Amino acid sequence: MNPANYLYLSALLFTIGAFGVLIRRNAIVVFMCVELMLNAVNLSLVTFSRMHGDLTGQVIAFFTMVVAAAEVVVGLAIIVSVFRTRRSASVDDANLLKY
Amino acid sequence: MFAAVGPSLGAVTLADGMTKTSNGEAVQFYVLGAVAVLGALGMVFSRKAVHSALSLAATMVCLAMFYLAQGAYFLGVVQIVVYTGAIMMLFLFVLMLVGVSSADSLVETIKGQRKLAVLAGVAFGVLVMTTLGHARLGTFQGAGPANAGGGNVKNIADLIFSKYFWAFEVTSALLITAAVGAMVLTHRERLVARKSQKELVEDRVRTGKRMTPLPTPGVYARHNAVDIPALLPDGSVAEDSVNATLVARTPVRDAVGLTAVTKQAMAVPRQGDAPSVESTANAANGGTE
Repeated sequence: MNPANYLYLSALLFTIGAFGVLIRRNAIVVFMCVELMLNAVNLSLVTFSRMHGDLTGQVIAFFTMVVAAAEVVVGLAIIVSVFRTRRSASVDDANLLKY
Repeated sequence: MFAAVGPSLGAVTLADGMTKTSNGEAVQFYVLGAVAVLGALGMVFSRKAVHSALSLAATMVCLAMFYLAQGAYFLGVVQIVVYTGAIMMLFLFVLMLVGVSSADSLVETIKGQRKLAVLAGVAFGVLVMTTLGHARLGTFQGAGPANAGGGNVKNIADLIFSKYFWAFEVTSALLITAAVGAMVLTHRERLVARKSQKELVEDRVRTGKRMTPLPTPGVYARHNAVDIPALLPDGSVAEDSVNATLVARTPVRDAVGLTAVTKQAMAVPRQGDAPSVESTANAANGGTE
């Protein structure tokens, strides 16, 4: 097997994640799709690191994980506070700034 | 599995000019890759958010296996601990907080959005795949040289604490900011003082609606579960014995059927009658002549 297959898998997962962000309305599921995209990119970083015999890719993937953890914490807090005021977790309902 | 794949992987990838992985890794890739893609699709297409979260957790575990197979031992373990262990559980906690049954509305707010999303998704996929197909990926070095010396964990630690030390320190500031931000965002200021027990009692007496506490569920019923309404002594259902949240979330279990069963079980023989087998059978048939 060509190790580049990992890159194709990563691209496929990223595409599925992006598609999910476009099509889903539940803010939490949209958030999970973003997580999937981050994970897909991590997979390609690890694969590149192996292809080049260089650990830099893994270090960047590690930092991505840290930033993703911080992002999840803040994002979920925002979703919870929006849900408290609007009683809804749908991204369509958060449209107060429109009017 | 990894004990078998790992060393052979190192041996294969260290060889010069090799562009193939071991057969074991190929099998692992195809099996787990299918699971990962199915998990991702399941996440996008599940109606319930809890199912999405569990599918995503499966995909993340598969990715951790890929990391381990590619010699990124540290990241493989961190992926399981941080992503599936911490982040996905955080997602599940928030799902429970927000309400499990918060399903998507199926009404399109933007006309034709779904069609456009499918089109954009396919186009993006084709774009990335063809780009990858034309990319010059260079020679395949393998994880061997990267993990040589002190091993994967030590080499990563050397990099993080020397070359990327500044980024690592900034990360700590980011994490603290995120924690404080989450606390600020979810903190709720109490606008009115909490009522004391005495005030609650006074309110109850003043309104005169119900003096006693609400009935507990399952009392005088056949089951003791919280989603089964209590039955009053005459066999009718006590509506307010089940938590309103439970009533909203799931249909409360068949109260009418329960009433019948309870009536049978609790049928009291008439005064003067001896509690014989016959009278119980009569009561069970619901017929009292």
